[in-house]
Amino acid sequence: MMHVLPYLVAGWIFLVGCYGLATSRHLVHAVGCLSVCQAATYVLLLAVGYRTGGTAPVNSDMAPRSRPLVDPVVQALALTDVVVGATVTALLLALVIQVAKRHGTADPDELSELRG
Amino acid sequence: MSTALRRWVLAIGAAGLGALLVGAFAALPDFGTGAHPYGDRATSESLARHTANVVSAVNFDQRAFDTLGEESILFAAVLGTVVLLRQTRDEDRVPPGSARVDPWVRRYALALLPVALVTGLYVVAHGQLSPGGGFQGGVIAATAVHLLYIGADYRALERIRPMGLYEVGDAIGEAGYLLVGVVGLLAGASFLANTLPHGTFNTLASGGTVPLLNAAVGIEVACAVVVLVSRFLDQAVEITDDAKSGKDGAR
Repeated sequence: MMHVLPYLVAGWIFLVGCYGLATSRHLVHAVGCLSVCQAATYVLLLAVGYRTGGTAPVNSDMAPRSRPLVDPVVQALALTDVVVGATVTALLLALVIQVAKRHGTADPDELSELRG
Repeated sequence: MSTALRRWVLAIGAAGLGALLVGAFAALPDFGTGAHPYGDRATSESLARHTANVVSAVNFDQRAFDTLGEESILFAAVLGTVVLLRQTRDEDRVPPGSARVDPWVRRYALALLPVALVTGLYVVAHGQLSPGGGFQGGVIAATAVHLLYIGADYRALERIRPMGLYEVGDAIGEAGYLLVGVVGLLAGASFLANTLPHGTFNTLASGGTVPLLNAAVGIEVACAVVVLVSRFLDQAVEITDDAKSGKDGAR
């Protein structure tokens, strides 16, 4: 079980985020749930790159090649993911503010009609 | 679609996706084991370029072009937020008043501000040596500026935050990254190639273009976060609805 548990945790976090998105009663809550979905990808990436006994991929305070390093490529991908996720969340929250101003509500169920 | 029906559709979809994920995870290499050919090659390559932090080497050297795209997403998202949160015709800007701050909060925030600022600059400057880099350090530096909002008040923050300057800084960071990329072209290699001298391993000047790209990203991220937060603060502190019609004001 232990050998797939971290992957399962990533899948579980993703599905929890999806559940939150589908049952959301407020747009800010929906944006937060999207961030939860994205957090699943960080867990998955870091779980894929982990190596038993591995240390951080930084060679500044040890002799290079003296210890196994965890995979730096997936860590770089996770970093990309975090930055893009944070800015896109900011953009979505700005959209929520505009929706609330124009429609007077932030409940997705009440936003069915079109308005110019 | 009724709420109950919607939940059933969600449950069926989630069960299907969950089954697919479990099947896929069972086929992955076991956690903590497995070969990492890309990771091993990235580590060798970063040692060859005298960059101690392999993650920085991957981000700013081996796939620097990819990071340019990522930085552009950040730039575009900030631009979009600024456009979305601008003051509209039916809104008024009111000057915020001063607020009372608990003296202990004030002392703590003001004492921490320079520490946080220096920490941010340190993390940017040592991106090629220790964990960190332009993205992380930029966020820390931008956070430091906002300690003034917590410790004093909004007007104090506005005084050290000439918005135009930070918007220009955001653009300078983006442009600086491109200019460092052009250095590779001038040296007869490809765009964003690491052609500068690699320096001595584990010193501040090591890594060739990595510290320069780190600095460009650091400037951009710090300015971008300040601009972002200021737009959201404007909404809360400064801008109010003109009349009661603001809520349903169709246009």
